[in-house]
Amino acid sequence: MSAPTDQISNLPKSKPLQSFVRNQLRNIAPVFTLLALVLFFSLASSSFFTMVNCMNILSQISITAIIAVGLTYVILTSEIDLSVAAVANAIGITVAYFTLQPDYVNIANLPMPGIIAIVLALLSALAFGLVTAFGVTWIGIPSFIMTLAIMQIANGVSALLVRGQIAYSYPSLITMLGSGSVFGVRWTIIVAILFLLIGHLILRYSRFGRYIYMTGGNREAAEYSGVNVKFIIGSVMVISAMCSGIAGMLAVAYFGSAQQNQFDSYLLDAIAAVVVGGTSLFGGRGGIGNTIIGLLVLGVLNNGLDHIQIDSFLKILIRGLILLIALIINIYAQKLKESE
Amino acid sequence: MMDQLNGGGGLPPLLQLTNVSKSFGGIAALKDVDFTLHAGEIHGLVGENGAGKSTTMKIIAGVYSDYEGEMRVDGKLVHFRSARDALSAGIGMVHQELSTIPDLTVAENVFLGHQPLTKFGTVDWAQINREAARLISSLGLDIDPKTLMGSLPVGLQQLVELSRVLFSGAKTIILDEPTSALSPPEVKRLFDVLRKIKAEGRGIIFISHFLDDVLEISDTVTVFRNGKKVATEPAASLTKDAVISHMIGRGSIGMHMGESAKLISDDTRPIVLAADAIGDGKTLQNISLNLRAGEITGVYGFMGCGQVELARALFGKIKLKRGHLMMDGAQRSFKSTSAARKGGIAFVPENRRMMLFRTEPVYKNVSIAILDRIHRLFLKPSQERKIAATRAVDLQIRPPNPNMALGSLSGGNQQKVALAKWLTHLPKVLILSEPTRGMDVGAKEDVIRIVKDLRDKGVAILVLSTEPETILTLANRVTVLRKGIVAKEFNSGTLYKADLLAAA
Ligand SMILES: Nc1ncnc2c1ncn2[C@@H]1O[C@H](COP(=O)(O)OP(=O)(O)O)[C@@H](O)[C@H]1O
Ligand SMILES: [Mg+2]
Repeated sequence: MSAPTDQISNLPKSKPLQSFVRNQLRNIAPVFTLLALVLFFSLASSSFFTMVNCMNILSQISITAIIAVGLTYVILTSEIDLSVAAVANAIGITVAYFTLQPDYVNIANLPMPGIIAIVLALLSALAFGLVTAFGVTWIGIPSFIMTLAIMQIANGVSALLVRGQIAYSYPSLITMLGSGSVFGVRWTIIVAILFLLIGHLILRYSRFGRYIYMTGGNREAAEYSGVNVKFIIGSVMVISAMCSGIAGMLAVAYFGSAQQNQFDSYLLDAIAAVVVGGTSLFGGRGGIGNTIIGLLVLGVLNNGLDHIQIDSFLKILIRGLILLIALIINIYAQKLKESE
Repeated sequence: MMDQLNGGGGLPPLLQLTNVSKSFGGIAALKDVDFTLHAGEIHGLVGENGAGKSTTMKIIAGVYSDYEGEMRVDGKLVHFRSARDALSAGIGMVHQELSTIPDLTVAENVFLGHQPLTKFGTVDWAQINREAARLISSLGLDIDPKTLMGSLPVGLQQLVELSRVLFSGAKTIILDEPTSALSPPEVKRLFDVLRKIKAEGRGIIFISHFLDDVLEISDTVTVFRNGKKVATEPAASLTKDAVISHMIGRGSIGMHMGESAKLISDDTRPIVLAADAIGDGKTLQNISLNLRAGEITGVYGFMGCGQVELARALFGKIKLKRGHLMMDGAQRSFKSTSAARKGGIAFVPENRRMMLFRTEPVYKNVSIAILDRIHRLFLKPSQERKIAATRAVDLQIRPPNPNMALGSLSGGNQQKVALAKWLTHLPKVLILSEPTRGMDVGAKEDVIRIVKDLRDKGVAILVLSTEPETILTLANRVTVLRKGIVAKEFNSGTLYKADLLAAA
C-alpha cells in the first residue's frame, strides 16, 4: 500500500526536466515554434521586425482571434464547430442587408436604423447557435456533422441575401470598430484583445469554465457527477456562433465589402490557431493562452512569408506542413499525458 | 505429437481435459482441472464469479495457449495456439463478452470471415442475406438479417453469434452465460435449438448462473469452485440446493464471514426514495423498491439482471418508460443527472473511469459535485482544496494531498475520491454500484466503514452488487433481481449466501 506513494514522490526528483517536458509539451512546443519563426523572419528580412509590421500582424489576426475564442470553448469540450466561417459570413452579410446601401448596389434589402440592424444580426447569430446546440445535444447529431449542415445553411442564407452582389455600407458603429482606429491602434485589435481576455477569465475563473474543462476531460464522469453536460455543450455552441457573428460583422467593415465566400480561409485559420496553440483535440486541456500563441504563430507565418522571397504557391504548402506538425505534437502530447 | 487414446472399444470423448492448470501473472486461476464432454451431451457448468469457468472454456477454444496439462479432442492430444486452431478442430464458442461487431448487419456478422463470393469474386450479398435468414429462423428467431447488430438486445446478439458458430460446423459448442440477458420465451427457444443440436450428435457446454435452467437442459453438471472442479454428476441426480452447496463449499454455509448476515431493518423509518413499478422498456421490466433513511438496501443479482440500469434510472441518466419515482412522498422525475443531484441523489458507478478525471488534481475531482454550493459565479480554489483536504483525512485517502493528479493514486484511494465528492453536503440518497469490487482488503474495510457511517448519519443508501459478500456485509434489507424484475425480498432474519444464489 505504501509502495506506490514512495514511487510517486521519487518520480519528479529522479527526472525533473523530463517530467516537466512531458507535462508541458503542449504548451512549450508552440512557444518555441513562435520564437523560432520570429527569429527566422527577423534574420531573413529587414522589414519584418518593425513596429509597423507588428501592428500589421496583430490586425491581420484580430478577426480570426474573435472566432478562435468561441472555437476554443468548443474544442475544449471535445466537440468541433465547422460552421464558424460560414456563420461569420452570413452575419456580416445580414448586418449589411439591414443597412441602407448606395444606389449602385442592386440588393432588395431592408434598411433599418444601425442599432436595430446590429441587434437583428446578433439575433441571427444566436439563432444559428441555438439550432446547432439543439441538434447536437437534444437530437444527438455529432457536432462534426451538425455544424457541417449549419455551414451549408449559413452559406445559403448569405447567398439569398446578397444574390451575387456586393454590399458596401454598414451601421456606423460597425464601420468604426471594423475599419477605424484609436491612438493609432485598430479597433479590431482592441476588440480581439477584449474577447481573448474575457474568454480567458471565464474559462479559468468561473464555474462555467470549470464545467467546460471537466466535460471535455471526461464527459461521462462529468455527467455522473451531476453536471448538466447537455447545457454546457449547448452553451459553447451558442458562444461559438456569437463570436463568429461578431467577427463577421467587424470583418465586412474591415474588408470594406460584404459578399459571398469572402471568409473561406477563416475556418481553417481558426481551427489551426486553436490546435497549433496546443489545446487538445480530445478536450479538457489547453485554453485561451494556447490559442493566443497559436494565433501569433499563424500570423507571423502568414505575414513573414510575404516578407521573404518565396513562391506564393509554396506558402500554402508550408502552412499545411506546419499544421500537420502541430497536429502530431497535439496527439503525441495527449499520449504522453495518458501514459503517465 | 498426436497419440491415439484407447484405440479399440467405444468412441473416445469429444473433448477431454486432464490436469489442466493456468495462472495469470503468477496467480493461479485454474488448478488441476479434469473435464470430459461426450458427443450428444449437454454439459452444464456452474460456479461463482471468478471460479474459473470462462478461463477453462477459453483454453478449450484456443484463446489461451499457455496452460499446463493435456487436452484431447476425439482422443487425439492437441494444443491450440489460436481460436482459429480450435475452430478447425471443430470447437466453437459464444463468449460471455460479446465478440460481434455492432456496426455490421446481422447477416454480415453471421458470415464474418467466410463470406460466400459470386462468380465475379465479389461478395454475394443476396446469398449472405438469404442464408443468414435461414440460419436465424432455424433458431426460431424473428430477426431481419439486414438490421444492424448493435441495435439488437445483448441476448439476441448472443443468439446470432450462436448461429454463426453453428454455421461454422463446430462439433463442440461452448455457450458462456448465454441466458443472462434472455427473456423466458427466448430461453425456451434456445433450449429447443440446443436439444436439436444435441440430437445431431454434437456436444454442448452450457455455462449459466441460472441453476434451474442448467438443471433443466443439462445431462451432466460440473461445478467449479476457486479454480478447481469440485463435482461432476448427472443432472438427474442433483437438486438446486445440492448444486449451491457444491458451489460455496459443503458445510461452510453460515460458518464464514460474509457467508451469512443478520438483517436488521425497521419499517418505521421514513421512506426517502420509492420506485414504483419502474421500467426502461429494455432490461428493466418492473421494479419497485423503497429506500429508507438510515438503512442500506442491498440489490443482488447476476450480470444483466438490471442493477446497472436501476441505478441509472434513479439517478436521472436513463429515462423511465413506465412507473414513477416518489421522493419524500411526492412524485418526482429527474430529467438529467444534474436534476437528480440537485434533488439530493448521489451516485457512484461501478467503474472508476466513469466517475473520475484522471489527469485532474484530486481537489477538482472532489469539488465537481458541489461547485454550485461553494461558488456563485467565480471559483475559489483555495476553498476547494481545503474541502478536499478535509475529505482526504475523513476517508483516509493516502497521500492526503489535494493537488496530486488523481491518476497517480492507487485504485482503492481513487474509489474513495469517487465517494468523497458526495460527502461534503450529505445527499438524501446514496447509490453505490459495486462499491468494493476489485479492492484490496484494507481499502475494502475502509469503504465498508464509511458507508455504514453514512447510514448511521441518516442517509438512505442503495448498494448494488453481483457479489453476495458485499451485500451480506452491508445490507439492512435485500432485494434480489432477476431479468429486470424483483425476484425476492429479504427484510429480516438470517440471510445466507445460498439464499441469494437460489433466489437470483
Ligand atoms: N485476463 C485475465 N487476467 C488476469 N486474471 C484473470 C484474467 N481472466 C480471469 N482472471 C482471473 O481468473 C479467475 C477466474 O476467472 P473466470 O474464468 O473469468 O471466472 P468465471 O468465468 O468462472 O466467473 C478470476 O480470479 C479472475 O480474476
Ligand atoms: Mg465468466
